Amino acid sequence: MKLFELGERTAQVHEVLVTVGELAERDDARAVLLESADDPALLRPYLNRLDLVVLRFPIFRDGRGFTQARELREYLRFSGEIRAEGHILPDQAAFLRRCGVDSVVLPKNGNGDPALWEKQLRQFPVAYQRSVLLERSVGPGLRVEEAS
Amino acid sequence: MSIPVGHYQYDRVDRDFLQARIAEFEGQVNRRLDGTLSEDEFKPLRLMNGLYLQLHAYMLRVAIPYGILDSRQLRKLGEIARRYDRDYGHFTTRQNIQFNWIRLEDTPDILRELAEVDMHAIQTSGNCIRNVTADEYAGAAADELVDPRVHAEVLRQWSTLHPEFTFLPRKFKIAISGSPNDRVAARFHDIGILARPGEDGAPVFRIFVGGGLGRTPVIGEELFDSVREEHLLATLEAILRVYNAHGRRDNIYKARIKILVQAIGVEAYREAVEAELGQMELDRYRLTPEAVAAIRARFAVPLLEAPDDADAVLTQQRRDDPLFDRWVRSNTHVHRDPGHIIATISLKPAGGIPGDATSAQIGRLADLADAYSFGEIRITHLQNVVLGHVRKDRLRDLWLGLSEVGLAEANIGLIGDIVACPGLDYCALANARSIPIAQKLGARFADTALQAEIGALRINISGCINACGHHHAGHIGLLGVDKRGEEFFQLTVGGQAENGAAIGTILGAALPEDETVDAIARLVDCYLGRRENGETFLDTLTRLGHEPFREAAYETV
Repeated sequence: MKLFELGERTAQVHEVLVTVGELAERDDARAVLLESADDPALLRPYLNRLDLVVLRFPIFRDGRGFTQARELREYLRFSGEIRAEGHILPDQAAFLRRCGVDSVVLPKNGNGDPALWEKQLRQFPVAYQRSVLLERSVGPGLRVEEAS
Repeated sequence: MSIPVGHYQYDRVDRDFLQARIAEFEGQVNRRLDGTLSEDEFKPLRLMNGLYLQLHAYMLRVAIPYGILDSRQLRKLGEIARRYDRDYGHFTTRQNIQFNWIRLEDTPDILRELAEVDMHAIQTSGNCIRNVTADEYAGAAADELVDPRVHAEVLRQWSTLHPEFTFLPRKFKIAISGSPNDRVAARFHDIGILARPGEDGAPVFRIFVGGGLGRTPVIGEELFDSVREEHLLATLEAILRVYNAHGRRDNIYKARIKILVQAIGVEAYREAVEAELGQMELDRYRLTPEAVAAIRARFAVPLLEAPDDADAVLTQQRRDDPLFDRWVRSNTHVHRDPGHIIATISLKPAGGIPGDATSAQIGRLADLADAYSFGEIRITHLQNVVLGHVRKDRLRDLWLGLSEVGLAEANIGLIGDIVACPGLDYCALANARSIPIAQKLGARFADTALQAEIGALRINISGCINACGHHHAGHIGLLGVDKRGEEFFQLTVGGQAENGAAIGTILGAALPEDETVDAIARLVDCYLGRRENGETFLDTLTRLGHEPFREAAYETV
């Protein structure tokens, strides 16, 4: 499994990854796998002990993971690592990062080339809407760029 | 070039963004060609950049945000039609333009040419927030309460490459109007927005959700009556977030937001949206007056000066020339300035293809816009063209100029003003050809005096149940169906897109093409014979009910 970091946070490797249903019985679990149909609010009682939430994309067209990531960051104030795995494309790198995802499990085919992911992160100089990241305005209007 | 009237003026930052988008798309094309992207992966990516694979060729749909462009941009579209297509373009019901005969390998070059004039094809297709549409008379009509273009531009920017809402269950269409006379079909959109002035001067927004045509026509329901400007984006984010999380993804035909709203009910949807808003950091989404003002500053305001006798000159010219008078009656709308008038140019010549324009016509329209309307052009959701600010005393000169290129058809809002999808001539989904029957109907009712006599009557034609020709919303709607390999048309009546939105009801069994044309002629005769003073087709239909019309349509001679 090759990990790629979308931002500053260093990706952690976890031995034990459980499902949402297993969390209650596994006191030792620090990492959980969220399927795209799972409601992130189910994680609320466990957030303090979780270091990692992995969002599984069954197919790249299923965009529920983007909303899950934002809910984790914005509603649940989750400050640990969020990771995307499954069928994801480098074309989604900046979208994932802007929704709060820190790392991805690189796909095992041509879409897993880290250079493509790196390139996509730097593709656009500005964005036209606020995200969960720390951003500053670029001139008047809605445009923002990442604050460093 | 000076700041354009009517649409947002790009600066270097916006242009750099477009270049980055083209570079991204070019990279995607190359990865498809070298095989690192599968066709299944490439398809949604190219669609999000407006590139379809049609029956015979690629089609590129170019965005015209809120339907407004300037003469420089229109000329560029004409050049693209000439160089890369078969010398014409097709204006769509979403105020965009499509080029139907594009080669994949030309696409990056076309996008670069478009970017030279600040145009693109971003989000004209795909399961994302589509190009936003707006009232074609925005900023010009006398009946307008709020000019919706600034907020349409806010929505364009906000929805562009939105990180959370680019892989939605299905496409998502937003329309905005600022007039009590709905000209955007607000209640047939995923989200329809009607702006009006609030007490503090800032606009407030009435928001409809879950409307749409397609296989399951639904009239949108009111979600909120008065959303304040500062909460407009937060509210839209909340609506989209509920949809993205809960919209169906197992069946493409059940994936639009209307199905979700119907399934849980509008009250439950409202509660879900309010629950999102209750958890959101509203400050992050606040649309500030400063941001709105900054975007507004990128729009130029036309200097509306007309001689005192402009109105009198027009009145005299109409009296002197009955042909001109007929065109003025059907093809103009009242402007907010008494010395000006709004002119709609019909792209529905009798026997022609609705919405098509040749590169020569496109070039001429750009010249006329420069001469008569501050270089500004609007595309309507009924596939026509509007010059928004014409001096009344110069209207006749404009009309004469239009006549020279076959664009002076006097049929706006009349039976010849047919809306039709591209149909089986182009589209892989279609069951029937929409264009030939539109041409036959156009030819049948070619006489503009007869059209004026018939009055307000809208015909909409869709080549399949996906309803791109909006047949559900037509006063008379035609739906192409396949009957054992033959093209038949199902007739609906009583649909209406705007105020008093209604879905048409099926009149009876589907008919072959020529018999359909005859049946419509009998429907019209039935109306003409039975109407009472001042009644439109819809009025008579409402008063008498469907039965006499059904009998007329299916009467066999």
